[in-house]
Amino acid sequence: MQGLTVKELDCIRGDRLVFAGVALAVKPGRALLLSGANGSGKSSLLRILAGLLPPAAGSLAWEGENIDEDTEAHRRRIAYIGHADPVKPGLTVCENLEFWARLYGLEPEIEPALYQFGIEQLADLPARYLSAGQRRRLTLARLAVGQNSPWGPPLWLLDEPATGLDPSAVAMLANTILAHLANEGVAIIASHGGLLDESLSGHADRLDLQDAAP
Amino acid sequence: MIGMLLLIRRDLMLAFRGGTDAAMAVVFFILAATLFPFGVGPDPEVLPRIGGGVIWVVALLAAMLSLERMFSADYEDGSLEQFVLSPLPLVLVALAKIIAHWLTTGVLLLVAAPVLAVFYNLPAAAFLPLIVSMLLGTPTLSLIGAIGAALTLGARRSGVLISLLVLPLYIPVLIFGALVVDGALAGRDYGNLLMVLGGFLLLALAAAPWATAAALRQSIE
Amino acid sequence: MLHRFANPARFSRIAATMLPWVAGVTAILFIVGLYFALFASPADYQQGETVRIMYVHVPAAWTAMACYTFIAAMSAISLIWKHPLADIAARSAAPLGAGFTIIVLATGSLWGKPTWGTWWVWDARLTSVLVLLFLYLGHISLTHAFDNPARGAKAAAILALVGFVNIPIIKFSVDWWNTLHQPASLTRLDGPSIDPSMLTPLLLMGVAFTLYFVTMLLVRMRADLAATKARALRLNAAE
Repeated sequence: MQGLTVKELDCIRGDRLVFAGVALAVKPGRALLLSGANGSGKSSLLRILAGLLPPAAGSLAWEGENIDEDTEAHRRRIAYIGHADPVKPGLTVCENLEFWARLYGLEPEIEPALYQFGIEQLADLPARYLSAGQRRRLTLARLAVGQNSPWGPPLWLLDEPATGLDPSAVAMLANTILAHLANEGVAIIASHGGLLDESLSGHADRLDLQDAAP
Repeated sequence: MIGMLLLIRRDLMLAFRGGTDAAMAVVFFILAATLFPFGVGPDPEVLPRIGGGVIWVVALLAAMLSLERMFSADYEDGSLEQFVLSPLPLVLVALAKIIAHWLTTGVLLLVAAPVLAVFYNLPAAAFLPLIVSMLLGTPTLSLIGAIGAALTLGARRSGVLISLLVLPLYIPVLIFGALVVDGALAGRDYGNLLMVLGGFLLLALAAAPWATAAALRQSIE
Repeated sequence: MLHRFANPARFSRIAATMLPWVAGVTAILFIVGLYFALFASPADYQQGETVRIMYVHVPAAWTAMACYTFIAAMSAISLIWKHPLADIAARSAAPLGAGFTIIVLATGSLWGKPTWGTWWVWDARLTSVLVLLFLYLGHISLTHAFDNPARGAKAAAILALVGFVNIPIIKFSVDWWNTLHQPASLTRLDGPSIDPSMLTPLLLMGVAFTLYFVTMLLVRMRADLAATKARALRLNAAE
């Protein structure tokens, strides 16, 4: 079994059953686009896959091995981008990115990553001056750092990554994801359709969480 | 280890560039302590007698005031999730944040304490015991406080809640911190009291990062 | 969804059959205990009739401390085995413990006025109990501070364990502080030796308080379970 395999996954938030019996399999070089209305559990599913949230039931396996066996190894293989931008206003763009790169043990090759998302001219600017879209680009640049590192994480979990991005930035994100897939990577992306979905359509399967609603 | 240093360095940079937050705790420390003479009168007999206790109580409150900011920014902007997913174990993340908190508040209180000792006419013999007791006691405040700060992430009225959770747990440090200064003033030997403060620090060092890490983990679920 | 309520449902059934019995025994013990405490035991030769306050004060103190231990044990079970009933038990017990603690403080104060001549003395025991009340209040506030009740339960469980570890440290510190600040010249709340005629009512009231705690715990847990179930039904009906 290659890539990520998920079986019979249930998710309970508070007292509410969000979804039940979710099964999916994503092979290296493929992306999975998650869709579904608000509250259908797209974010919860990504957080479960990242290991941030314990599932109510079900199993997750990477390369056929259950991820509970070695959670540390699982942490090393994922790159998770959530709704918020972990960007500190007091640090420069460069310092922000370098901090995360070093903390994750990645090659701190900052400039190419900034270039990949078109924010290389902002490198020495304190992040407090960035617009929402520029902050998002900076968050996503971490993916590029991982991509350019020899031990970059193979499993990308992206929660509505294109939020707040202009079309040119969406294209940069799509190219980054496509390069990741070409490199035998796996990407699972929550989205509301749009440009990103279209750019990835040739390499992606779809999962509608509405079908897994209880 | 490298990860911890990175994190401490980042928090220090943010504190120094952000500026006011850390300074606020010290300003509060001095301001609050200057209120007591207005309340009890500037009697030069009374002030030295209550000085050690007042300085310690106010240090407790000042340390507590800065707790709410300890994790909240990282919690709100998603940094905390990334810490949980990073290769650095969450216990060490917690410990690094605690060290950074102590460096940006406890140390500053330590530096400001002699000023207050002068305000309260404490005799010179009490200065060293005050500083040493604070050196041993304030890290314990950061350690215990971190648990409260992590437990209240995302809570309603978290500021008030932190004080309710943390202040009762601060009582032992307050008792022994103030006793050290009192002992020095009365000419008693206070070495064993310092040992107790050191013991509290070791206990807190052994337990608090784990409790904080557990609290941080459940805060993002 | 069913597996989550299977166990609590069984608990609810067992609790329902147990409740009348436990409540009945509690009532009988209270009647017998109070009879011994108020009529069938002698007045103290030093303290006179005020010693009878002890028959409420001391059992309440035992129960208040036992209750915190119970909460800590439930919290450990909840954190380690993630048993849903343990959370409910802990959050149902906390207000009861706070209530017992307030009884301890109030009766201690009532006893202090005729004995010490003041309503409040910074006696080591009373001070420790006051801190215990703060720990209870913190626990209760934290439980209800979150929009997601599961969050509150987990946070409170961690806090309960941290508090439990700290109680001996606080007790030790307060004792030290007390002996340094005031020499032990006061009459202690419970005298050094207890006459057997006083021990009978004390033990009877101790068991009565404990069973009262069990009764109220069962009532509160059942109410909590019912409320949780009602909320879940409403949420799932909304979809």
